[in-house]
Amino acid sequence: MAAHGAHPPGFAHQFETIEQQREAGTLGMWTFLVTEILFFGGMFTAYIVYRELHLESFITGSHLLKVQFGATNTAVLIFSSLTMALAIRAAQTGKSKGQIIMWLVLTMILGAAFIGIKLRYEWYADYVEGIIPTVSWSYAGPHAAGVKMFMCFYFFMTGLHALHMVVGLGILTVLVIMTARNRFSAEYYAPLEISGLYWHFVDIVWIFLFPLLYLIGGRYPGS
Amino acid sequence: MSTGTADRHDAPAESGVNYLNASYGIRSWLLTFDHKRIGLLYLASITVMFLVGGIAAVLMRIHLIAPQGALFEPETYNKMFSTHGIIMVFFFLVPSIPATLGNFLIPLMIGARDVAFPKLNLLSWYVFITGAALALIATLSGGVDTGWTFYPPYSSMYSHSNVVLVALGVFIAGFSSILTGLNFIVTIHKMRAPGMTWFRLPLFIWAMYATSLIFVLGTPVIAITVFLLGLERILHVGIFDPAVGGDPLLFQHMFWFYSHPAVYIMILPGMGVVSELITAFSRKKIFGYSFVAFSSLSIAVISFIVWGHHMFVTGQSIYAGLVFSVLSFLVAIPSAVKVFNWTATLYKGSISYEAPMLYALGFIGLFTIGGLTGLFLASLATDVHVNGTYFVVAHFHYVMVGGAVMAYLGGIHFWWPKITGRLYPDMWARISAAIIFIGFNLTFFPQFMLGYLGMPRRYAVYPAEFQVLNVMSSAGASILGIGYVIPLVYLIWSMRYGPVAGANPWKAKGLEWTIPSPPPTENFAEIPIVTEDAYNYPVAEAHKYPNVPGVARV
Repeated sequence: MAAHGAHPPGFAHQFETIEQQREAGTLGMWTFLVTEILFFGGMFTAYIVYRELHLESFITGSHLLKVQFGATNTAVLIFSSLTMALAIRAAQTGKSKGQIIMWLVLTMILGAAFIGIKLRYEWYADYVEGIIPTVSWSYAGPHAAGVKMFMCFYFFMTGLHALHMVVGLGILTVLVIMTARNRFSAEYYAPLEISGLYWHFVDIVWIFLFPLLYLIGGRYPGS
Repeated sequence: MSTGTADRHDAPAESGVNYLNASYGIRSWLLTFDHKRIGLLYLASITVMFLVGGIAAVLMRIHLIAPQGALFEPETYNKMFSTHGIIMVFFFLVPSIPATLGNFLIPLMIGARDVAFPKLNLLSWYVFITGAALALIATLSGGVDTGWTFYPPYSSMYSHSNVVLVALGVFIAGFSSILTGLNFIVTIHKMRAPGMTWFRLPLFIWAMYATSLIFVLGTPVIAITVFLLGLERILHVGIFDPAVGGDPLLFQHMFWFYSHPAVYIMILPGMGVVSELITAFSRKKIFGYSFVAFSSLSIAVISFIVWGHHMFVTGQSIYAGLVFSVLSFLVAIPSAVKVFNWTATLYKGSISYEAPMLYALGFIGLFTIGGLTGLFLASLATDVHVNGTYFVVAHFHYVMVGGAVMAYLGGIHFWWPKITGRLYPDMWARISAAIIFIGFNLTFFPQFMLGYLGMPRRYAVYPAEFQVLNVMSSAGASILGIGYVIPLVYLIWSMRYGPVAGANPWKAKGLEWTIPSPPPTENFAEIPIVTEDAYNYPVAEAHKYPNVPGVARV
């Protein structure tokens, strides 16, 4: 039985020990990530099925994407995972709250950069070029119907991913505030660790989206 | 059962503060994080949904008294069966036992103060209420006519009804299931009391664990599926509509990838309840504990690889059909394990026939019929004959109503004294259990015959030669309706006027019976230490170990 006297801030009444609370939180996040895999998985399945059905169209559609910005964003996201991990490491090793906040803010900047690049250099450019189905559509090249379907999936999938990024930025904001209020220590930093799991997951989803949408399908002649 | 709370058995429970009288006012309920109160919030809301779905069913049965239809235009009839299906499946059956009894009982049964994430638990109720409200608004403002399966391209392109609103309601309610399942999984893993090992858990917990696995693995897929359906309908982009290159079969695959496991979301908790009832009223340990526990898990696993049996006649590959047929037969094995083990538990038990036991026995019989007719439908050739007929309707009502609803009512009756601290009139409860059993069979057995004779489901009119069986079915439905109203009356009556129940009116085993009724807000004054297996009923133990001291007789 835990002594209910001296427990850190954030200790919830239904738990007996802080360790039990940390384990529950971690398992909860892993379970949530499993549901997320199934959620994205449904869309990935639909994408793969239609890619088989309309292979030519999907390759044509893939060529419309701006691969250089997709690649830049991939690098940006991978760096943001590094800074997230360093924020957790800083908390774990009992570094000052200034250090933790620095890494968290860096992560936020990189996350915001990802969304900014996506909006300005990809989606806005797509809008100008007229390759956003329903919103702005003037594509007149080959396989028009199939390319439209590809672009639909592109926007659904990257849109859903961007939505998760925005949620992640919200979580990071809360973490910065909690850190500033001295809620974390080397003994208790579970929210940082659990949020890190989420951030890395969103990163990994992009790692799958990028080749699936931008790379496969013979972007370069002879490949 | 446990040393920590053993001395509290005879405490004057009703004089103390409990979760019901700890605070008053609507705010104290709407902002509660107490798993017991959240269970009751769910109980009230799904009862409303059950009434709405039930009224739609009654109207359908009245309509079908006459071959040309007695009440509605065909379009209205379509909306009626769609409303019935959508409300009953997504807003009653899926949350029924998990969200009410599961929320109330899981922490009590494992010796915890609450679920792992109480705030998330309350959030899941609000999410559910939002989804249910959208579905009700859609129903009242014109309804939806796609059936509960939302097959495109009709639903995405051609239907003129409120498809988007209902789909949004189903989408939102799905997240309530996900959050509940996540909460239960973590709770069962991490919140068990000292000594409550996995193989000492009540089988209800195993069933809830298996159900939660399906919640978290299946529900996201239906969410993304109805999301894509809604996008196709709103934006008119091709995803499932073959006219623009989509594949309607993909929708069916994704829909049934969730919706077949969802059938086990509905029946697995019922199986868990029945394991508790059979042992309590036979005063015996369950026969083959680990087989019953693992059969729940294997049902959950197999449920994910059989969805194609809903699509035998849709044009999927015949080889896929063969594989799905064989896999579907596999579900019969763990299901039969459960039925045989319940029967073996009854053998030489000291059986008594209180109302919850009548529901449990009714469950076993009706589920067996529902399960065995499922094998007819899993056989390719037979399915081609009865596919899309009332045979299918009768089959799944035997499983979902004869199975899941019987178990739900049995569970509500069994734990009602714990939930409210009051007893209901047992004679009325037995009478209503009998009325429900008779009314149910009269409603749905003729539908097996109708289906076998070839009457298609979902038709507003039918040839005159089917009228006798349809009138029988409608008469049964009115009896069934009365059977459902009686418990509603005496259970509400008992909350104020029922005799005080005491901590353990059934002399049942399990941690939830070691604490006062109704339980205090914190559940356990001190977290119990569990030292024995589940269902350690004294008579059987006394036979087995005559010389062990301390094994008390009832």
